[in-house]
Amino acid sequence: MSEEFEPKIVAFCCNWCSYAGADGAGVARLQMPTNFRIIRTMCSARVDPEFVLRALSKGADGVIVLGCHPADCHYIGGNYRARRRIALLRLVLEQYGFDPKRLKLEWVSASEGEKFQTTLTGFVDTIKKLGPTPLVQEEK
Amino acid sequence: MGIMPFSFQCAIGIIGGKDLTKSALVIGGGIAGIQASLDLADRDIHVYLVERLPTIGGTMCRLDKTFPTNDCSACILSPKMADCIGHPNIDTLTHHEVVKVEGKEGDFKVTLKKKARYVDPDSCTACGDCIAKCPSKGIPDQFEYGLATRKAIYIPHAQAVPRVAIIDAENCRMIQNGKCGVCAKICGKKAINYEDKDVEVVVEVGSVIAAAGFQPWEATVATEYGYGRFKNVVTALEFERMMCASGPDRGHIKVPSSGEDPKKIAFIQCCGSRSEKDGWKKYCSSVCCMYATKQAMITKEHADVQEDIFFMDIRSYGKEFEAYINRGQKEYGINMHRAARVSNVEEDPETKKLTVNYTDADGNGASAEYDIVVLSIGLNPPNGAEELSKTLGIELNQYGFCKTTVFNPLGTTRKGVFVTGAFAAPKDIPTSVAEASGSAAKAGAYIVDANFEPCKPKQYPPEKDVEGKEPRVGVWVCHCGINIGSVVDVPAVAEYAKGLPHVVLSEQSQYACAQDCLEAISAAIREKDLNRVVVASCTPRTHEPLFREACRDGGLNKYLFNMANIRDQCSWIHMHAAAAATEKAKDLLRMAIAKAVLLEPLVGSEIPVTNSAAVVGGGITGMNAALDIAAQGFEVHIIEREKELGGFARNFHHREDGKEVSAYLKELVEKVEKCPKIKVHKGAHIKDIPGFVGNFKVQLSDGKELPVGAVLFAVGAAQYKPVEYGYGKDGKVLTLLEAEKKIAEGKLSAKNVAFVQCVGSRSDDVKYCSRVCCAGALRNAIQLKMNDPTVSVSILHKDVRTYGFREELYNKASSLGVKFLRYRDGDKLPAYDGSVVKAYDTTLGRDVEIPVDALVLSAGMAPVREEKEELAKMVKVPISKDGFFFEAHQKLRPVDFATEGVYVAGSAHWPKFMDECIAQASGAAARMLTIISKKKLVSEGIVAVSNPDLCDGCGVCEGCCDYNAINIVVGPDGRLKSDVNPGLCKGCGSCVASCPAGAMEQRGFRNKQIIAEIDALLDYPGV
Repeated sequence: MSEEFEPKIVAFCCNWCSYAGADGAGVARLQMPTNFRIIRTMCSARVDPEFVLRALSKGADGVIVLGCHPADCHYIGGNYRARRRIALLRLVLEQYGFDPKRLKLEWVSASEGEKFQTTLTGFVDTIKKLGPTPLVQEEK
Repeated sequence: MGIMPFSFQCAIGIIGGKDLTKSALVIGGGIAGIQASLDLADRDIHVYLVERLPTIGGTMCRLDKTFPTNDCSACILSPKMADCIGHPNIDTLTHHEVVKVEGKEGDFKVTLKKKARYVDPDSCTACGDCIAKCPSKGIPDQFEYGLATRKAIYIPHAQAVPRVAIIDAENCRMIQNGKCGVCAKICGKKAINYEDKDVEVVVEVGSVIAAAGFQPWEATVATEYGYGRFKNVVTALEFERMMCASGPDRGHIKVPSSGEDPKKIAFIQCCGSRSEKDGWKKYCSSVCCMYATKQAMITKEHADVQEDIFFMDIRSYGKEFEAYINRGQKEYGINMHRAARVSNVEEDPETKKLTVNYTDADGNGASAEYDIVVLSIGLNPPNGAEELSKTLGIELNQYGFCKTTVFNPLGTTRKGVFVTGAFAAPKDIPTSVAEASGSAAKAGAYIVDANFEPCKPKQYPPEKDVEGKEPRVGVWVCHCGINIGSVVDVPAVAEYAKGLPHVVLSEQSQYACAQDCLEAISAAIREKDLNRVVVASCTPRTHEPLFREACRDGGLNKYLFNMANIRDQCSWIHMHAAAAATEKAKDLLRMAIAKAVLLEPLVGSEIPVTNSAAVVGGGITGMNAALDIAAQGFEVHIIEREKELGGFARNFHHREDGKEVSAYLKELVEKVEKCPKIKVHKGAHIKDIPGFVGNFKVQLSDGKELPVGAVLFAVGAAQYKPVEYGYGKDGKVLTLLEAEKKIAEGKLSAKNVAFVQCVGSRSDDVKYCSRVCCAGALRNAIQLKMNDPTVSVSILHKDVRTYGFREELYNKASSLGVKFLRYRDGDKLPAYDGSVVKAYDTTLGRDVEIPVDALVLSAGMAPVREEKEELAKMVKVPISKDGFFFEAHQKLRPVDFATEGVYVAGSAHWPKFMDECIAQASGAAARMLTIISKKKLVSEGIVAVSNPDLCDGCGVCEGCCDYNAINIVVGPDGRLKSDVNPGLCKGCGSCVASCPAGAMEQRGFRNKQIIAEIDALLDYPGV
């Protein structure tokens, strides 16, 4: 065995809940794997499916979108739109033979630092089990 | 929204240094004080917000969730706290007390005591190094209600605003006996000052708002429940911290004695409330039924626990409360023991399990065993209320709360001094917020006079033109003391940045947020001709406004700034992976720079404002709101459907605080009709209300068009028209209002009177509680008994909901011999055969037949749904399923709609009492004043914008916008195009992601900017 696979994960966080939840995890010093990088958008509904596809095509091993809990969206119903889009996108990914488990949507509120920790830790685990993204492997 | 961190606050030390005509003083930094301050400040009035604790936020910031939305309390309060501390018109004076108030309304001189903090708040960066090294320990943490401990130097809590340390002098070894000094040695900012002293400062204000909040009832008084003796008996507030994700146990509820997961939890209601017992309060604390249900629901979401709530009455009288209780019962399976009285709690000395002994609804003794017992403690007047009342020269009522009257619910006994929030009576958050806004309208009227000059906005140097210029990025990487530097190799990251494209300067900083670094940023923008600034430090949520401010001071558009979060989201969460964290910090910085070079200067567009308002509905709510707006010098139109003013209150025939409602109403109508600023349009119908915030046109059916900046819907409610009990056919059957009229006129000659509650409320058809009928029935029952003690009066109810001080009515009626009988089976109306009504008597333990010669139906409030639906369509605002207007946010924006510039108040919002309508009317007035007092509004810069060359006019974006900011219009080329109204756009970017043509963009979050971040992460040479 060569060295352990360290996946690269892109996390999109909405400004009001999940990004604040990520900060909350920091304030509480909750430790987690280093594999993800956060990109902040104002709302989870800003996450264009194109961004997800871009990240995957550029070699991200997984993408996670984090938003406010249902009914808590700072922008009334943005998270519902995100939910529909991501659900659809997962179907599309699957149809193209791409494991939809590499794309995840989760709700993390501003006070849920711990949920942020468990969600990201769990997602890193999932991706580690899935192995490196097939897209890059094919290129190689 | 201006979110400014602590170090930007200009509060302490420069009081009185501003060029002001007059200020307002707000006492108390809880949610009520914060809201009152924000509304005054947004009206361009300068505010001193005084809080005696070292942080604002009050009780609300200690709550986990809030009913009935189960919103996270911190999530919805934190932005308001940040707004407050960052607002240029607010001086937030924490750890201050009011010592003396001299002068009179319009011209008070107030002496404040600035208490020693021993830490310079302007220097402290909240890095926490001092706390880590402080040798003291085991001091009970008051924020956690003693469930956790803290050091002698501490930051009150994770979301503290201002987020600065403070020394608890009593427990500090250095201050007590001069032996220690560790914190001063460790502090890199030299912020510690053991010699700090209390100092007095004097401020001049036109009016005062007392928002002193409440004090939780002392549970040790209830010796029968064993609080303080039994480890597993906790108060509701302690339980709230136990539930809270940021609490001492991170939200894992454990049995205190064993640390195990609880299986059974009991909640005992009315602890300290509704009792004659020594040390208990006679009034109802108004919020406990709801918060206990909330706690039971949230607990259930975490774990499978059996939960029992022991109520006397379930008082879910507020908006969506009844549905909430039902959900708790039906969906969550919480056992609601109505009409149960808990006599005592016993502890098994071995297992520490608790036995709750109670009598059930039928009067039978019962007991059950629990792992945890939660005491739903009531609300007491705030500590020091008496002293405060003396300082302010205001009277308290018999319960020790601030004295108010029904017709002047926000006024005190001293002119120019107003009250808001729980200091006036126990109340929930939405009521406090609406009233807080109301107090701002009242207080503002004493400040806005002929000499009033609005607070002036800060002046900045002109912004440099960056159009077409090569990006020149300046980078600052922050050590944050040791917070970042001890994990991330900061010098390596700063060095790395030097090699990235467009970076002309990359420096390290010990504290990037400190004044010296901020000045360095401003200077480098000028001297090194920077046109982009990137700071790698903490989180933009708290610090972006600060760095943006530094950019503006340097003459750079604030949107040309970007931040990399390498502390909260890197060094703090990867403390044991230094190498990987350093790589991550490099990635995050590279991504931030990649986005920054593509950023463009943004300006919010300016929207002109019509400086007048329209009030739809000429009832008590509408008239009070109109008077409050007119009092600050703005023109108001009242549009009333009927031929006369007065609304529903014309049906009232009772007295409040010794005064006939009809007399009050007459005076009110006269005041309105004489007011030169108010134009009344009677018998008028509204055809349409086109326009948007600041620029509405109210079109009347007679062809008149009223240009206004803001609109209030105060269309009221109607009485439910009963179809039950043969109403209309049987002469003995009356509605409550009909009975009230007859009683007032001495024409109700019946000897046996029964009131049936909840007719047209809490039924299968009308699910909500109408809130006012219990008190209404009791008021009339008391009147009947006072007129003739021999009259037999019975009240048939589901629960008696005389919340707050209205409990007096319940006590008085009981003492006069009014009989209270509960509905026998659940929700079914008591049977009536034309002469006898059947009910169940718990004291006798059997059904009884009550002969009646007057059956009074306490008919609920009906929502005038049709009128509302017409109005709702015109300005696109929602109506709840119960038929009442649905506000922007139930807790924090109770009188706003999501559609900006449109407001709601009174019983159009929800059934409510007259005093509540009056207070809410003032609240809506204050909110409207924040709009119509402006010459122009400036929209947020990060709004959506459509590219007409790419837009096909398909309309997907239009349907996607929750703010109705997008319209599909015919473009200059005759083809359909999407058009974004920047005045309405909130900048969520939802429409951008929906656009199939790539025509829609969000400024500041353009597709290419976000893609640049992705590519910088994944597709960068050497990565």
